[in-house]
Amino acid sequence: MSLQDKYSALIAEAQNSGLTDLRIGESDGVLRIQGTAPNADVKNKLWAIYDSIDPNYLSGDVVMDVDVAGAVAGAKVKVVTESSNLNIRKGPGTDQPIVGKAAKGEIITLISQANDQWWLVRTDDGEEGYCYAQYLSPVQ
Amino acid sequence: MVVPSCKSNVPDATVQSNVEAVMHPGVSVSVKDGVVTLSGTVNSEADKIAAENAVKALDAKKSGVKSINNNIEVAATPAPVVNAEDAALSAGVSDVLKDFPSVSAEVKEGIIYVNGEIEKAKVTRLKQMLDNLKPIKTDMSALKVNN
Repeated sequence: MSLQDKYSALIAEAQNSGLTDLRIGESDGVLRIQGTAPNADVKNKLWAIYDSIDPNYLSGDVVMDVDVAGAVAGAKVKVVTESSNLNIRKGPGTDQPIVGKAAKGEIITLISQANDQWWLVRTDDGEEGYCYAQYLSPVQ
Repeated sequence: MVVPSCKSNVPDATVQSNVEAVMHPGVSVSVKDGVVTLSGTVNSEADKIAAENAVKALDAKKSGVKSINNNIEVAATPAPVVNAEDAALSAGVSDVLKDFPSVSAEVKEGIIYVNGEIEKAKVTRLKQMLDNLKPIKTDMSALKVNN
């Protein structure tokens, strides 16, 4: 069975969910899906489908990088850590000193995206620095 | 017996207007002696076929279309991005694993090999964060997942 066949339900969902900048391709034996979902629910649904086809992602034959729309300068983003506070760092890297913290569920302001993994943010208290983007979700 | 040729009485300029009236944006129309040539770029094969069908749907006697050359090109969608540079990938993996103390990983030729163990509830988050680095592959086959 080809990768396109194995993951046909996932590909169909990606194509029909209103993703922008959608890129789907195959190289080195891996199916790649990239794009921007209109909201977090769409992204979560894609991951649920992927998990149902390949539980715990054991086969490793898909790399899926879907972010959520709304990450623009000035946008409000919510801290979505598992349970702990999110470190705010002086620079974009975990080797950088911590200059503040944002609590799980706290809404903070996105100033700019330094790169795919690190965003410059500011809390309502005025603490400013870099947070790991995977723990921030644009508030719709 | 001579069969008179089917010469259209519709001037090329009129044929062109007739076709342009039903044509997709992004498609250029040129006409020579009733032969319509479609060119330009569209986003999908379906759009290319639809453009030709729109011309075929015209009543040939009225529109003056004698035949169609479909030279429309379908834009290639950009390929997915891959970051295969090990040093950058390793640094990225290191940042991700700060939040997964029981997980370790090695990067070799653009592939992230994941080891150690993790609770089932956190597996999706780990895979999302590693895939976000756009490696060639995220290999979690050696990772022990605890229910």
